[in-house]
Amino acid sequence: MAQLRMREALRDAMAEEMRADESVFVMGEDVAVFQGAFKVTEGLLEEFGERRVRDTPISENTIVGIGVGAAMNGLRPIVELMTVNFSLLALDQIVNHAAAIPYMFNGQARVPMVIRMPGGGGHQLGPTHSHSFEALFLQVPGLLVACPSTPADGKALLKAAIRDPNPVVFIEHESLYGTRGEVPDGDGEPLRFGEAAVRRQGDDVTIVGVLKMAQVADKAAEQLASEHGIAAEVIDPRTLRPLDLDTILASVRKTNRAVIVEEGWPHGGVGANLATLITEQAFDYLDAPVQRVTGADVHMPYSKRLEQAAIPHEEHVVSAALATLAIDP
Amino acid sequence: MALIRRFEEEAGRQYQRAKAGGFLHLGIGEEATIVGTTSVMREEDFLIGTYRTHGHAIARGTEPKRVMAELFGKVDGTSGGRGGSMHIFDAEKRFMGGYGIVGGNLPIAAGLALGSQYKGEDAVTVCMFGDGASNTGNFGETMNLAALWKLPVLFLVENNLYGMGTSVERHSAQTDLSKKAEGYGISGTRVDGMDVLAVREAVAEGLRLAREEQRPTLLEAFTYRYRGHSAADPEVYREREEVEEWQRKDPIETFARRCREADVLGEREVQQVRDAAEAEVKAAVEFAEASPEPPLATMYEELYARTEADGWYAVDERSPEPHRGEREDEIPAAAQELAEAGAAYAEEPTGERPNPATHGDAQEGTEPRVSSEDGT
Repeated sequence: MAQLRMREALRDAMAEEMRADESVFVMGEDVAVFQGAFKVTEGLLEEFGERRVRDTPISENTIVGIGVGAAMNGLRPIVELMTVNFSLLALDQIVNHAAAIPYMFNGQARVPMVIRMPGGGGHQLGPTHSHSFEALFLQVPGLLVACPSTPADGKALLKAAIRDPNPVVFIEHESLYGTRGEVPDGDGEPLRFGEAAVRRQGDDVTIVGVLKMAQVADKAAEQLASEHGIAAEVIDPRTLRPLDLDTILASVRKTNRAVIVEEGWPHGGVGANLATLITEQAFDYLDAPVQRVTGADVHMPYSKRLEQAAIPHEEHVVSAALATLAIDP
Repeated sequence: MALIRRFEEEAGRQYQRAKAGGFLHLGIGEEATIVGTTSVMREEDFLIGTYRTHGHAIARGTEPKRVMAELFGKVDGTSGGRGGSMHIFDAEKRFMGGYGIVGGNLPIAAGLALGSQYKGEDAVTVCMFGDGASNTGNFGETMNLAALWKLPVLFLVENNLYGMGTSVERHSAQTDLSKKAEGYGISGTRVDGMDVLAVREAVAEGLRLAREEQRPTLLEAFTYRYRGHSAADPEVYREREEVEEWQRKDPIETFARRCREADVLGEREVQQVRDAAEAEVKAAVEFAEASPEPPLATMYEELYARTEADGWYAVDERSPEPHRGEREDEIPAAAQELAEAGAAYAEEPTGERPNPATHGDAQEGTEPRVSSEDGT
C-alpha cells in the first residue's frame, strides 16, 4: 500500500492503462505541456509523447465529439474537460451523441470513452465555476457516471472506466485532489461499477454520501456516535450509473431511516431520485421520511461566508439524521 | 442516382401513407453530389452525414430495403427501428451515420479521422453537411482542430441554398462557403453539385490531399433539393420558378443525356437502369411492410454494452414494480401489460396522412406556394 493523493492515484490509473493498451490516449485543454489545470496528467506527456497526450484548443463540444468519433473508430479516448462547469458547452456531444449513438444505431457503434471532469464548490469561484452536475449526467440513459471519494476508488474506478465499452462521465471533486489515502501498489485491479462501499456499519440510520459528501457523511457519523450515541451506516455509492441500489435498500431495511447527502441542487437531484427509489421499494420499512441534505438552491455565491453556508457540512447531516430519529438536536 | 431518386420518391409516398413517421428529409435533386462523392471513395473510407442521408447510405452500398425498413420503424431497418429517417447507420459499409443535430457530425468526423491517423491507417473520412451547419460553433472548432492536427478528412458542404427555410444570403455573412474555413487554415473550392462527374473529380482531389498530404480541405457543392426541407414544409420562402430552373439542370437527366451523346449508354440501357431502380424500390417497400415490429422486450437492448458490472443501469419505473431496464427479459407481468397498453397507441395507421405542410401546428393557415401532388 502506498499513500497517494487523489490526483496521483488518477494519474497512475491513466498511465497504467496507457501502458497496457495502445488505443488509450488523453486529450484536453492544457493536459500535456501544462500537465493539467489540476496537475492530474502530470508526467504523462513525458512518458507517452504528443501522440497520446494531446493539448486541445478551448473547444469543449468538439473535443468531446472528436473523442466520440475516435472511440467509434476503435480508440479509447480519455477526454479531460477542465471542469464540470465547461461540460455544459459539450452537452450536445455528451447527450445527443456519446450517450445516444450506441442505442440509436442499434449497437452497430460503441463509444468506449471516458470524460473526466472535476467540479464542486468551496474555492470562492462563484456561480460559473462551482457546479455539481452529478444529477444532470445521472439523468442520461447510455452514460455511466462515476464519482469517487477516495484515492483508492479513484484509481480503481478510472481503470474500470477506461476499460468499459460504454461512455463514462467521470466526476472528480476539486477539493479531493490533495486528499491522501492508501492505494494498493502496482497495477491494482479495477473496481466494478455498481458496487457501493459501506464505509461504516450501523443500525440506526443509513447515510448515503455522494462524491465529497461521502467524507462529510463519515464525519457526521462520527459526531452522531460520539455526541448522540447513534450508530449510522455510511454508504458511498461510488457510481451513480449503474447504481448499487441493492446495498442501499438492504441498509435501509435494517436501519429503517435514510439520509442522502449531495453537493448539488435539491430539485431533481441525486437525493430526490434516490429518495423516490427507496420510497417505492422499501416504503414498508421506513420509520421516517427520507431526508435530503443538498447544496443551497442558488448559484454559488462568491462571498466565503455565503458560499460555506450554501455547501452541506457535517452539522446539516447530523441534523437530518436526528430528524429521522425524531430527536431534537 | 436513379435508384436514390426513385427511393426518395417512394419514401415520400410512404410518408403520405403514414407508413414512415417523424420527419422525412428527402434528397431529391442532390443525387449527383452524393454519388459523385461515394463513387471515388475507397471501401475503407468513412462517410458521415446529416439527417438527409437515405441516399448516402444507399450510395455506400446499404441495401435500400434496409433503409426503407428503418423508415417504417421495423426490426430489419438499418438501426432496428431505433433511429428512423434521420439516423441511418451502416457500420459494415462504413457509413457512420445520419445525425439529427445540425453540425453534430463535424467533430465526430474529425474523431474518426483521428482514429485512422492514430492507427496509421489510410482511410479518409468524408464529412458531408449542409450550408446551415457552416454557421454552428462546431464548424469553426472542428476546422481549427482538423487543420491543427492535419487530420485525413474532407469536409463537403452540400449547399442547397437554404438552411431549412432561410436562404444562404439571409443566414451567412460570407456567402462563398468555400472560403469560410480559410481563416482556420483550410482551403476550399467550389463545384457544380448537379454534375456528377465534376463532383467526382473534385472529391477525388480532396481525398488525395487528405490521404497523401494530410491536408483537410473544404469542398462546396452547389446543389438543390426539389422537395421541401422536410415533408412539413409549406415552402413559402421560394418561388416555383426557382425550383423549375434547377430541375432543368437535373443531375440524372443531364448525366443520362451525356452518356447517350457519348455513346456510352443507349436508350435501352438507360431505361434498364430506371427499371431496375423501380423493381428494387418496389421490393424495398414489400420488405419493409413484411418486416416485424420491434418486440417490446427489446426496448432497453443496446442502451449499454453489457459488462460484468452490477447495479441498476436503467430503471424501468413503468409499473408498480420498478425493475432494472437492462433485465427487460425478466420483466414483471404488470410492467409487461403496461408496455403493451402503451404500444397499443401505435395502432396501424389508416388512410392518408394529413398534409403536414398545411396542417402542421407552426404552419396553420399557411398556403403552400410550391407543393407537389403528394404534398411534400
